[in-house]
Amino acid sequence: MPAEARSDGRIVIVGASLAGLRAAETLRDEGFSGELTLVGEEPHPPYDRPPLTKQVLLGRVRADDVGLPRRRAVEARWKLGVRASGLDLYGKKVLLANGEQLPFDRLLIATGTRARPWPDPDAARLDGVFTVRTRDDAGRLAERFAAGPRRVLVIGAGFTGSEIASACRERGIEVTVAERGPAPLVGALGGTLGAFAARMQRAHGVDLRCGVTVTGLKGADGRLTGAELSDGGRIDADIAVIALGAVRNTEWLAGSGLAAGPRGVACDAGCRAFDMYGIVTDDIFVAGDVARFPHPLFEYQMLSLEHWGNAVAQAEVAAHNMISSGPHRRPHLTVPAFWSSQFGLNIKSIGVPTFSDQVVVAQGSPEEGRLVAVYGYRGRVTAAVSVNRAKWLEHYRRLIETAAPFPPGPGAADRPESAEPVPSDVPDPKVLSHGPTVALTGHLPDRRLTLVRPGG
Amino acid sequence: MSTETLFHRIADYASRPDPYPLYAELREHGVVRQDDGSYLVGTYDEIAALLHDPRISSDRRLRTVPDPLGPGQDDVPPAFIGLDDPEHDRLRRLTMRPFGPPHSPGRIDALRDEISRIAGELADGFGGDGKRIDIVDDFAYPLPVTVICRLLGVPTEDEPRFRAWSDTIVAGFDSTPGEDPEQRVRSATEARRAMALYLGELAESRRGHPSDDMLSALVNDEAPEGRMNRIELMTTSVLLLIAGHETTVNLITNGVLTLLRHPDALARLRDDPALMPQAVEELLRYEPPVQMLPQRTPLADVEVSGVTVPQGAPLILVLAAGNRDPLRFAEPDRFDITRPDNQHLGFGSGVHSCFGAPLARIETQIALTTLLHRLGDLRLVEDPPPYRTNPVLRGPRHLVVEPRA
Ligand SMILES: Cc1cc2nc3c(=O)[nH]c(=O)nc-3n(C[C@H](O)[C@H](O)[C@H](O)COP(=O)(O)OP(=O)(O)OC[C@H]3O[C@@H](n4cnc5c(N)ncnc54)[C@H](O)[C@@H]3O)c2cc1C
Ligand code: HEM
Repeated sequence: MPAEARSDGRIVIVGASLAGLRAAETLRDEGFSGELTLVGEEPHPPYDRPPLTKQVLLGRVRADDVGLPRRRAVEARWKLGVRASGLDLYGKKVLLANGEQLPFDRLLIATGTRARPWPDPDAARLDGVFTVRTRDDAGRLAERFAAGPRRVLVIGAGFTGSEIASACRERGIEVTVAERGPAPLVGALGGTLGAFAARMQRAHGVDLRCGVTVTGLKGADGRLTGAELSDGGRIDADIAVIALGAVRNTEWLAGSGLAAGPRGVACDAGCRAFDMYGIVTDDIFVAGDVARFPHPLFEYQMLSLEHWGNAVAQAEVAAHNMISSGPHRRPHLTVPAFWSSQFGLNIKSIGVPTFSDQVVVAQGSPEEGRLVAVYGYRGRVTAAVSVNRAKWLEHYRRLIETAAPFPPGPGAADRPESAEPVPSDVPDPKVLSHGPTVALTGHLPDRRLTLVRPGG
Repeated sequence: MSTETLFHRIADYASRPDPYPLYAELREHGVVRQDDGSYLVGTYDEIAALLHDPRISSDRRLRTVPDPLGPGQDDVPPAFIGLDDPEHDRLRRLTMRPFGPPHSPGRIDALRDEISRIAGELADGFGGDGKRIDIVDDFAYPLPVTVICRLLGVPTEDEPRFRAWSDTIVAGFDSTPGEDPEQRVRSATEARRAMALYLGELAESRRGHPSDDMLSALVNDEAPEGRMNRIELMTTSVLLLIAGHETTVNLITNGVLTLLRHPDALARLRDDPALMPQAVEELLRYEPPVQMLPQRTPLADVEVSGVTVPQGAPLILVLAAGNRDPLRFAEPDRFDITRPDNQHLGFGSGVHSCFGAPLARIETQIALTTLLHRLGDLRLVEDPPPYRTNPVLRGPRHLVVEPRA
């Protein structure tokens, strides 16, 4: 197909959030002149999720003020408040829940994830039980926070749960965090930083309970009153936030013939979806949290990332490839990166910390609340995480990209006295309450393990 | 010619108007060792990597080889530009609190009107028809020092005194060829001390009497990192002045010079002043006021493009050469005010990247916008203009323009 032929025709994007919007902008930026349609289940125009557990829960920004800034005007049909319910690969049509059908020449799947709900649906309906994925969720929870609850129970101490606990403490709200694993953030960052995060939470007055599961939520008159723990303990709480990780929105693709399932939609490095036989399609693309893609820096394992930066970068590559052909297509090779702010700390990660067997604090120290931890796998650098030291990460990005030897050599500024590597202690994700943010959905190093269904 | 003497050739005053061919030679050779044991780097990727490398120190006291630019000028400890983490980070954070986000997001923006007013007044003083103007002395030079006085909170009546010190300090970076630099350096050191004492006292007088300026915030606000002691307060405020002075002067002056040399770009800007922010970025790439960073030293042996730079050796990162690296910028020698993806090295990069960049940007944007409408009818009296001797902070000593006949 000649290259020009691709800049017109009909493109449909399902999922009108971060990845969907950035893809649409890139398509127009790179000269796509055809018909563009975006379908989104939420009634709102694209908005930003990271502030939801940060500024919104702190009461600093209103939940309806988190709209994503537009990079450019996009001429497109927006179908908001409508769910896509199916995909017809032979007829090249997206089926909508309202009965409409959208024919396409090329399709982008960007349906992301949703919050994993509390397993007991009756308890999940109690007044006071929340998840936080959408701006409506966050807006309602922020209102409850403002009303001054007696105690909040956060179930799951991944990034989302930890940020929510941090917001509680900053607002002076009592909070209990229950985590099945040995420490907060341990699923994403391993033992060393998990232990650090546990100390931070306790220092800020969080009632942190690790190694326990919440066995049941209790209510009276339809309202939450508390929870029971596996160690026999009981927590009185009027709010419970379920932070058990995310579920990929792939149900609408069931039976479509694509390689789509609970682990996401598998695609190649150029964002082209695989069908169920493992044959790559040429007109179906995937980007963002719902995608599962091979990354050469991590031994071509299939990665699923719930990272803002990945959604943007992958959407740009997918959009470019949707209107390019053959050798003009680009691979999605960005080194994974994400950030989080909690308990006054700015945490940034680059690479894949769970793809590791060892970790070393290469700069700073946990005691002083600033550090860079570097992760290695079989003698090469695979990730780095900074706490209040983001500006150094660029250096470690280069080490990851060049598969530099681990541990990094001597001479770094602010290097601790003993910079000895220790095991990275990335736990078997099955023991965690929260889903690991980076899911190595192939097999973990050394353990040939397939995941990802924490708790499941 | 031997690459061992490249630095001497760059430093040679005759190279000042156009050092770029020498920078191209440097890039061709990757990393170049000089006969005095120092190393020069001029390629974009390598410079960017070194600026982020935690093994590269900014503390000259750690050098084991004689310093090509001589030792520090006095016995006080370095300001944070010459320190490494964690000290550097602590002081930079403390200084950032009253200067920019997240604690003071509005400080620089609030200065906009003031800067426009000062720039307007200076331009109004240009005098009547037919007169020659020196862009340096009559405009670019007085602007940054006045702005920094307002920012720090130096009372207006003390400004002349402050300005005299700053003139002397800045003159200390320069020497007239053939002149003995010692006298200038001595005066500069004295002026620096006097200014530091003055600022220390001024700050003390604000303790307990907060007013809406940076010095007052630095002595009165409690930060998680604690407070600066008196010496730190003095070295930091002097740093703010020095780091932001000649650099901004040169950027404004290089801007006028470059626009007069590129009338097409000037005309475009006049039609569409919204292009000014991009144009200033291109200036920072094309004619960066800080041509090189001469104060780096590796803390361990570091390999750069296959050459081992030994621990303790002076390492000079030639930003201006990196900014013209064809592997990073298409047609690097072309001045293109709408250049896309312009990640220049003009403000450095990494942990020491320019603290004052937001201020420098708006100062220069406003300064050039103020001059925009007057420049079209002006011509350069001398091209190239006479340059300052300093090869690091490179810029014209005078830039005389006159109305077109
Ligand atoms: C509270 C919170 C805090 C976060 N903080 C950070 C952070 O600090 N740093 C970081 O790097 N990342 C963070 N993230 C992750 C980041 O927000 C995501 O990576 C990003 O939103 C992914 O974008 P996406 O477009 O792929 O998916 P999503 O944002 O999940 O969007 C998918 C969209 O598709 C819609 N959709 C789903 N199914 C259908 C269907 N069948 N038909 C039509 N529409 C459908 C959904 O309604 C949704 O609007 C955070 C996420 C949350 C929830
Ligand atoms: C056009 C004007 C300017 C240019 C080109 C410029 C350039 C630079 C460069 C290249 C550095 C890096 C130094 C290094 O890495 O060793 C730097 C650092 C610095 N600049 Fe600027 N600068 C300018 C204006 C200013 C202004 C107006 C201020 C003050 C308000 C300022 C304050 C600083 C400080 C304090 C540092 C040290 C930062 C640190 O060590 O962390 N600069 N500048």
